[in-house]
Amino acid sequence: MQTHPKITALEKEQLRHDLSRVMPGATVRVHYRIREGEKERIQVFQGVVIGRRRAGARSSFTVRKISFGVGVERVFAAHSPFISEIEVVNLGIVRRSKLYYLRKLSGKKARIKARREN
Amino acid sequence: MNQHPGTIGRKLGMTQFFDDNGIVQRVTVIEAAAVVVGKRTLDKDRYSALIVGLDERKPKHTNKPLGGFFKKAGVTPKRILKEFRLPADVVAQYEIGQKLELDKVFEVGQFIDVRAKSRGHGFSGVMRRYNFKGQVNTHGTHEYRRHGGSIGTNLTPGRTLKGVKMPGQYGNKQCSVLNLKVAKIIPEQDLLLVHGGVPGSRNGIVVIRGAVKKMGGHPKAK
Repeated sequence: MQTHPKITALEKEQLRHDLSRVMPGATVRVHYRIREGEKERIQVFQGVVIGRRRAGARSSFTVRKISFGVGVERVFAAHSPFISEIEVVNLGIVRRSKLYYLRKLSGKKARIKARREN
Repeated sequence: MNQHPGTIGRKLGMTQFFDDNGIVQRVTVIEAAAVVVGKRTLDKDRYSALIVGLDERKPKHTNKPLGGFFKKAGVTPKRILKEFRLPADVVAQYEIGQKLELDKVFEVGQFIDVRAKSRGHGFSGVMRRYNFKGQVNTHGTHEYRRHGGSIGTNLTPGRTLKGVKMPGQYGNKQCSVLNLKVAKIIPEQDLLLVHGGVPGSRNGIVVIRGAVKKMGGHPKAK
């Protein structure tokens, strides 16, 4: 069954085209707006994109980083209005779309080669 | 009597949107462009109600008595008709032929009840219908893997008790979900977004009313 055109239109409105493209293997800095009561501040989450779910406005991507020796993963809604910016630090050389194997690796093995810019 | 006005609509499917706090809200989208096609009055019918219609019906599929009814109301023939029992003074606020504008009938944040026919699963066994566990697959089980097991005791009472869960028709049955919240109203497109799920398949007909068991079910509650 197809999605009703009216729902497609509703979802299209939510799409954000201003954000940079997130690719698996890339190291990114996600600037996320956090509301604490009245105040609003921006928190930066830097890590490797280990997968993305492509589903139109419902898309999301997972960023993994090692924080104080502990692996931390965070799932962001790709079109969330609370992402203020996505900085792509570098693009990695990876051969698969889901990098879940990184969870089992640590130290030097968990590195991803950066794609050289030319 | 449910004193809250309501309407009928068509379930289009589900989606999500980001609310003001950036949190994803999962919603069901209902398209409701119902029209008042008639009234029941205390004088004539000894009860008061609004007759609401949805969807066009082809004139050649409309029989003469029904056609006369629609002609009298001055509206095109409708496919689905539904009565909403309401107090006489509420009925008096609506005119025949008037469209039920969603933003007038409902408010964002209001609690509603949604009634629809659940999706039909046909004649189903107890595993699908009641989430029974079935039997073990090994240890010599013979033609008994998806059965329900025992349905009662022996001589006392000597019969199977009423209401024991057994295979049978699953779904395609009237089903209500109470106290859903209105998430968003888009009057230009006749769309009503409701938090959570609603029974029935896509394109199924749903009946929406203000919540019976909740304060604030009525948009202009005193």
